[in-house]
Amino acid sequence: MIGNSLRWELNAFVGFIERQKNLYRRYWLWEAVWLLYNLVSVLSIGYLAAGLSTLGLEPGQANLHQTQLYLLVGALLWTYLSLVFFEIAFAITWERWEGTIEYTFMAPIKRLTHLLGMSAASLIYGIARTAAIGFALIFFFKLDLSHANWLTALAIFAAATLPLLGLGIFTSVLPLLSPEKGEQMAFAVQGVLLLISGVYYPISVLPAPLHIVGILSPLTYTLSGVRESLLHGLSLAGALPDIGILLLMGVVLVPASVWCFNRAEVRAKRLGLLKRSG
Amino acid sequence: MAIKESELNTVAVELHGISKRFGQPARRPFGRRKAKKEKLALDQVSMRVDTGRITGILGANGSGKSTLIRILATLMTPDAGTASVFGYDVVTQPDDVRRHINRVSVEASFFKEMSPWENMLYAARLYGSGGKGTRARVEGMLERLGLPLDTLDKPMKQLSRGQQQKVAIARSFLTSPSLLLMDEPTTGLDPRSKREVQELVRTIRRDRAATVLLCTHDLEEAELLCDHVLVLDQGRVLAEGTPAELIHAHAGEVGGSLEDAFMKLTGKRLEEDEEEKDE
Repeated sequence: MIGNSLRWELNAFVGFIERQKNLYRRYWLWEAVWLLYNLVSVLSIGYLAAGLSTLGLEPGQANLHQTQLYLLVGALLWTYLSLVFFEIAFAITWERWEGTIEYTFMAPIKRLTHLLGMSAASLIYGIARTAAIGFALIFFFKLDLSHANWLTALAIFAAATLPLLGLGIFTSVLPLLSPEKGEQMAFAVQGVLLLISGVYYPISVLPAPLHIVGILSPLTYTLSGVRESLLHGLSLAGALPDIGILLLMGVVLVPASVWCFNRAEVRAKRLGLLKRSG
Repeated sequence: MAIKESELNTVAVELHGISKRFGQPARRPFGRRKAKKEKLALDQVSMRVDTGRITGILGANGSGKSTLIRILATLMTPDAGTASVFGYDVVTQPDDVRRHINRVSVEASFFKEMSPWENMLYAARLYGSGGKGTRARVEGMLERLGLPLDTLDKPMKQLSRGQQQKVAIARSFLTSPSLLLMDEPTTGLDPRSKREVQELVRTIRRDRAATVLLCTHDLEEAELLCDHVLVLDQGRVLAEGTPAELIHAHAGEVGGSLEDAFMKLTGKRLEEDEEEKDE
């Protein structure tokens, strides 16, 4: 019985990934445009770093490379994190726009399967796109990653998946609460995360209140951990505290966000907000 | 899978005193409430749908038909009353209800860039299938519906409204529902597509493929397709019976139609409401 239920849910889980794959394939031209946009954004950050010397700052050549690498790793990771965050957070908005939202919510599957299926598709797609941009960066900037500890970077990256899912699911609640304004609010959340998580600067430069909020953001640990491992070869043992914090945040955030989503679904059903027009 | 003889006339859907109101004042900080215009979409609706039959819900736009369908589809919760599908409560046992139902709505709700095959594969996955043999089943189904097979891999947006609605019906049947909720499936279709969809519903009745709850404001369609009909107006059930019974009781004279009965019951013609927005 449990085996059958699990098979049923797994089948649906695959269905969500398959559906997203088909959508990406059908919208390939638009996806290519977005990829180009992401690449251009990251390149701009890279050239900003390269141009620092012309602004009279005159850092040493070694420092300039470090700064460039620091900013590029931040930009690349932010591209990945924001893409995954966007894809998960906009899952509801998208389905409402397509008019399929009622069909998905009417299907005999667990909401957890729905959310995890959407998230898994976003993660796979996010990794593929970020890898493409990463290769382009190596080509454009001749990056020196000889000190990088890739194993540590991967471990932190993997541990960050859980809290990232939690944050994404939390944000996907917003369009359920308000069909009209939820989408814009998701952008606002993304903006706050960009400010407080140390994407382009260490959070120590932030004023105290924002610094404290930054400490609570899982993206802070992801960015600093991956940076340290790529720039200074942080060992796996050295990264364990960050990995532990990320896993702990994930263990709290994922169930909390799913619970929150379920509550929002109950509310949406009570107020009749699930239909296409809301 | 056809409904067995022994299951005919057992209760498929049962509603007791279902009420639903929209625009309730929202809770605000510090106990303040923002006044909103309220609308009573369903007012103490009770009804029963027998297994293996086509039951029609007749009503103008805004009469509460779609709200009723959404409650049975577990997409909306009632404010009061109980509703069950094959004995399962729609609020407390939604997972069990969902395994038995599917829905065809007035809008063809698909991922428009994806093909009929991709949309149907997605639906099949959500209902426990999608493996080997699904493509052959889908092809067989679409052939039965008279859709050319070369449409199967084209984006949905390239299909006509009628073709999209046929795919919607095929999608609902792919999941073998015991109860099919059809919410104005022929609205907006050209006459030919409309007739084809109606023919399909007739086939469902003939083959006893599923119990059907058909919401429509097309009275001819209801007369043609339904075994049993309920007239809904402003969220209340005004009358129910077979089309012949309703005509006899409310249209009176010989040659009366279901439209005459509807006008007598509601005091208005359906056309009067056609410009209104649906609820």
